[in-house]
Amino acid sequence: MHELSLCENLLDQVIKIAQQHQAKNIESITLNLGPLAGIEPLLLDNAFKILKIDTVVANAQLIINSTPIIIQCQQCGEQSSATNNYLVCPSCQSNDTQLISGDELTLASVALYTAT
Amino acid sequence: MCNTCGCNVTPGNRSLIQNEKPKEGLTTISVLQNLLTHNNTQADHNRVHFDAEKVLVINLMSSPGSGKTSLLESTIKQLKESLSIAVIEGDLETENDAQRIQAQGVPAYQITTGTACHLDAHLIHNVLHHMPLKGLDLLFIENVGNLVCPASFDLGHHRNVVLLSVTEGDDKPSKYPVMFKAADLVLITKTDLLPYLDDFSIDNAKQNVHNLANNAPTLTVSAKNNQGMDEWISWLKSEINQHQVLLSNHQTQKPKVQQDGALLHAKATPHKFYPVKTHQQ
Ligand SMILES: Nc1nc2c(ncn2[C@@H]2O[C@H](COP(=O)(O)OP(=O)(O)OP(=O)(O)O)[C@@H](O)[C@H]2O)c(=O)[nH]1
Ligand SMILES: [Mg+2]
Ligand SMILES: [Zn+2]
Ligand SMILES: [Zn+2]
Ligand SMILES: [Zn+2]
Repeated sequence: MHELSLCENLLDQVIKIAQQHQAKNIESITLNLGPLAGIEPLLLDNAFKILKIDTVVANAQLIINSTPIIIQCQQCGEQSSATNNYLVCPSCQSNDTQLISGDELTLASVALYTAT
Repeated sequence: MCNTCGCNVTPGNRSLIQNEKPKEGLTTISVLQNLLTHNNTQADHNRVHFDAEKVLVINLMSSPGSGKTSLLESTIKQLKESLSIAVIEGDLETENDAQRIQAQGVPAYQITTGTACHLDAHLIHNVLHHMPLKGLDLLFIENVGNLVCPASFDLGHHRNVVLLSVTEGDDKPSKYPVMFKAADLVLITKTDLLPYLDDFSIDNAKQNVHNLANNAPTLTVSAKNNQGMDEWISWLKSEINQHQVLLSNHQTQKPKVQQDGALLHAKATPHKFYPVKTHQQ
């Protein structure tokens, strides 16, 4: 259940951003979450619902975008999509691939109302 | 570090950060910050502690009961005359494992995590300020028995060893890709039981790790009859030597936990303590 502590980090970061932009209200928080990040979106959402109470993000909606698994082959250079447990290049069968998307958990954006 | 030139934008996330038509007073702020930044910053700090004392730190991960503590007991028996070793034990409850290690005559520190199913860099740092690192050659961290969460947390260690006992089945690397992708070494344990199992194939287990684009070596061991212990001990010794070479060049190494995608897409950790080079097998 480290979704709870991740969510604390998330709120810290969002609250900082809200202060920087003198936000009156936060409408939504968008995360990018890859299937290989090892994070369960449902648990993250539940943690968010608990932790947001009585904070500046209390009214905000959490949007979790699932990013695709994309690998880049270091042998033939091909970019391809892949699945959780098969990260081998479909063009040349090399397993010398790098994940270019699919294992991230990032705060992508915050939509907020500024005091104007 | 740069949101202005758009180098954070990749095919995976381009669609997610395109600005929408603003409502009155509504602004969308692009951030792209890694949510594990807190942990990673602390982990880098821990690594500075370890590297200052030139100790190689190995994180052992597996499902509950795969034989982490038994492996440590046998390893310590063989190495304690020639190397100075200590162990940090992570468990949800009980100090049993630390007591088993202390019985072997080396220092062991227990972290009981309560409900947290993994160790993180902050928990390790709390211990560091109570344990003498001076003079140590090798520090093992036995993580909480769990094939899921521990894989995502850099503790400031240098190498990940993932254990897979033969009774768990050779398909586990495919079922727990995040964990097995993070392995710098896969150790297939309890091989003394292989004669009783008709469906565990070491080759299949290796193939499943290979399919995760992980070319980490695989070794087999039994803590009961000592099969494979020599190769495991040689691996440890060569890792210690390689690490000393890196340190003498003012470099260090990180375990595979570092997520490629997360690093590519997010802002980097704000501080680095000194040149860090990921070392490949
Ligand atoms: N047959 C056999 N049994 C083993 C071997 N290694 C460990 N065991 C047994 O497996 C059980 C669990 O071993 P531990 O070493 O406590 O496993 P662990 O991974 O430290 O367990 P947790 O810390 O609780 O996750 C014990 O009953 C051990 O005796 C082995 O090589 N062969
Ligand atoms: Mg144990
Ligand atoms: Zn966890
Ligand atoms: Zn290829
Ligand atoms: Zn410190």
